[in-house]
Amino acid sequence: MSEPVTVRLTVNGVAHEGRCEPRKLLVDFIREDLGLTGTHVGCEHGICGACTVLINGEAARSCLMLAVQANGAEIATVEGLATGGTLHPLQEAFREHHGLQCGFCTPGMLMTALDLLRVNPQPTEAEIREGISAVLCRCTGYHGIVKAVEAAAKVLVPAKRV
Amino acid sequence: MKPPKFDYHAPTTVDEAITLLSRYGDDAKLLAGGQSLMPLLNFRLARPAALIDLNRVEGLAGIREVDGQVRFGAMTRQRAIEFSPVVARRLPLLVEATKLVGHLPIRSRGTIGGSIAHADPAAEYPAVLAALDGEVVVRGPRGERVVKPADFFQTYLTTTLGRDEVLTEVRLPAMDGKAGWAFEEFSRRHGDFALVGIAAIVAGDGARCTMARLATAGAGPVPVRLRAAERILESQGLGDAAIEAAAARAAEIVEPDSDLHASAAYRKNLTRVLTERAVRRAVTRLGGR
Ligand SMILES: Cc1cc2nc3c(=O)[nH]c(=O)nc-3n(C[C@@H](O)[C@H](O)[C@H](O)COP(=O)(O)OP(=O)(O)OC[C@H]3O[C@@H](n4cnc5c(N)ncnc54)[C@H](O)[C@@H]3O)c2cc1C
Ligand code: FES
Ligand code: FES
Repeated sequence: MSEPVTVRLTVNGVAHEGRCEPRKLLVDFIREDLGLTGTHVGCEHGICGACTVLINGEAARSCLMLAVQANGAEIATVEGLATGGTLHPLQEAFREHHGLQCGFCTPGMLMTALDLLRVNPQPTEAEIREGISAVLCRCTGYHGIVKAVEAAAKVLVPAKRV
Repeated sequence: MKPPKFDYHAPTTVDEAITLLSRYGDDAKLLAGGQSLMPLLNFRLARPAALIDLNRVEGLAGIREVDGQVRFGAMTRQRAIEFSPVVARRLPLLVEATKLVGHLPIRSRGTIGGSIAHADPAAEYPAVLAALDGEVVVRGPRGERVVKPADFFQTYLTTTLGRDEVLTEVRLPAMDGKAGWAFEEFSRRHGDFALVGIAAIVAGDGARCTMARLATAGAGPVPVRLRAAERILESQGLGDAAIEAAAARAAEIVEPDSDLHASAAYRKNLTRVLTERAVRRAVTRLGGR
């Protein structure tokens, strides 16, 4: 029904509960209801990738999912990457290799790259380019991002295949 | 923009979903991976009174081998297909096609059933379904029917699915282990829908061709089996002249439309070029993998 629904989910390991209309997009729930504005929203139709988060460990567009559909899910957003004041190795690599300028695409780029590196811990440059083509960046020209992901792959302990 | 208001239902069985579809008449939409439907809702190009979410239906996702077929529950994610060892072994053409569907984050949610039910003329899965001459299983209030691709796709975004029917399964015959295969497509950017795509499977040895299957994406309102081009390969073999003749025939068969992405003439030319490329690449994979 179109009555408000209760949504219970975990974001970055913290349990959250909220009430919203069924039509509320997951990205808006994360930003507006949970106040986690690190996840950005751009095109709202799956093209730009700014809203990409991990849903049960897999990168997905949070603008193409209803909050109510995420009931029971474990979500990871960019806020969960750093521990305390220490950047995640992927973030560190983006900083080091000029993988960002305005930062609008960065949250989606990071979560997409994280998923890519989990599926394919030692990607070739072509595979990195294909992987990050899921997210549009209007600033960097992508070279810095590709370098950053290459550098992060060397540092990150290869996780198991998805 | 944001989606309009709708009633939201998350049934746990297919029968429940069918009952809900019947209750809303024309005014309900099934929600699978949402990778095509959610953009339409966000843009308010679709304004259904109700969304019937299939994501909580038990047993609608999964891959099994039965009687020489690989059967996919409609809600099987494209990502699961991409990484499935069974699919890699039995249907390598499908793996190759899957990697061309959007991007990995799109495939995390997008489903095989959703892609085929949506029937975008440029989508890869309908072309694979046509090339392999698979079937889809459809269930409604009057029971279940098994439908061949030629009886399923009608025109752009339109199938013979009734408004109270659910696509429950996609069945693809396992490929001959010695066949060669390729999915070739051209798109402006990686991950975009193709302007034209060609699915090819060939079997044979040396220049002899015992079986050829060719099907299109994006070269008309529905996927087209290029039977006349297949026959050229089957009668003339897999040499250069036969491949070129088959590709030329392929371009004659298709009846693409012009749209803002490409003219009909360009799509015809792409059909020729991509058929040639697909068959040549398929030939390099002949004889086992
Ligand atoms: C950025 C982007 C790029 C993409 N690129 C490609 C591409 O290159 N190639 C490609 O093929 N696709 C592409 N897609 C679309 C593809 O990812 C979708 O997965 C697919 O078209 C629809 O599948 P879905 O599961 O998401 O279905 P949904 O979007 O949930 O549903 C689509 C339609 O099918 C109906 N439907 C869904 N499941 C059923 C069922 N079981 N029974 C009856 N009706 C059903 C729905 O009611 C709806 O009308 C892209 C999408 C995005 C966002
Ligand atoms: S806002 Fe989700 S992909 Fe652009
Ligand atoms: S850093 Fe500005 S869009 Fe990517």
